[in-house]
Amino acid sequence: MRVTVKLFATFRKGRFDMEVRIVPPGSTVSRIVEDARVPESEIGILLVNGRHSNRMRELADGDTVAIFPLVGGG
Amino acid sequence: MEDLRVNLLTHAQGDLLPWAAQVAAAKRFQLRLGQVEEAALELGLMPSRYQRNRQTLSVSEQLKLFRSRVVILGVGGLGGYLVEELARLGTGTLVVVDPDTFEEHNLNRQILASPANLGVPKVDAAVERVGIVNPAVRVIPVRATFSRENGGDLFSGADAVVDALDTVTARMELAHACRDMGIPMVHGAIAGWYGQMATQMPGEDISRHIYPSGKEQRGVETRLGNPAFTPAVVASLQVAEVCKILLGQGRCLNGRMLFLNLLDMEFLDMEFDEAPIASGAAPGDPG
Repeated sequence: MRVTVKLFATFRKGRFDMEVRIVPPGSTVSRIVEDARVPESEIGILLVNGRHSNRMRELADGDTVAIFPLVGGG
Repeated sequence: MEDLRVNLLTHAQGDLLPWAAQVAAAKRFQLRLGQVEEAALELGLMPSRYQRNRQTLSVSEQLKLFRSRVVILGVGGLGGYLVEELARLGTGTLVVVDPDTFEEHNLNRQILASPANLGVPKVDAAVERVGIVNPAVRVIPVRATFSRENGGDLFSGADAVVDALDTVTARMELAHACRDMGIPMVHGAIAGWYGQMATQMPGEDISRHIYPSGKEQRGVETRLGNPAFTPAVVASLQVAEVCKILLGQGRCLNGRMLFLNLLDMEFLDMEFDEAPIASGAAPGDPG
């Protein structure tokens, strides 16, 4: 199935802004995160189709996953 | 007090009360500038310093702001601008909480930091600044680190709490404390060109939405630092939220969050997957 992956902020550097990935049916958000090779400790928010999601969520064909870095400074 | 009212009405210019008249009245009746301000607003007089707040704010709304108490947690990059803007807005009481003193690496972005006050407690600089900018505003400095233990005392009587902290753990504890006390809280965080903000209303808990993992203490700001403009942008958005909360106006950023990317000028408004409900409470459960 096809899943669109969007990276934000720092994650774009040396990677991509947006790409379409072909992944096996039943793949979870975790699989997409691993594929994108963003540092685990830097991951903040994850969105599926524009809404907050968790890593265990199973994706469907045509879904869009967005990955944001953790922002905590004051 | 009747004499004070007569005095203020006598010295008003139209429905505006000039600053000099406010200061003279405080001196004559041996009152704090804030007490004179409240009396003027009760009479329907707008202190002249707020005249450009109109038509955005009416006299009665200005009075509402004057009677409000806002707690600012952290007086660093975000916190300095929060103090400046909330004081200029005319928020009557500001409780400022921070354990730190100014250091040289604060100078690039923290509006209250200057070479002259390196080593000075940040909360003391906040008191001094507000004394210069808007002395009618009362500032209560608390040189301490926020924790679940002192949250109850710090937030007592607060109408809103603003998150300008710098660790994920403290921010999540703050969200929990505000949820437990039923106080609106405005979250803001920055890293380099990027920032995020969200508002938590009573009955909500946004902690797992803003920091889903909750495992890391700090974010990418440890690598990126923070330039001069990012705290100013995010703090200003937080003040707009606080203003709306205090006045009960507009549409606040709850049930969703904003992610700012100033490098590409993208502002993303993201809805939470479900309404942020306090743990233990069922949706629709009153209280």
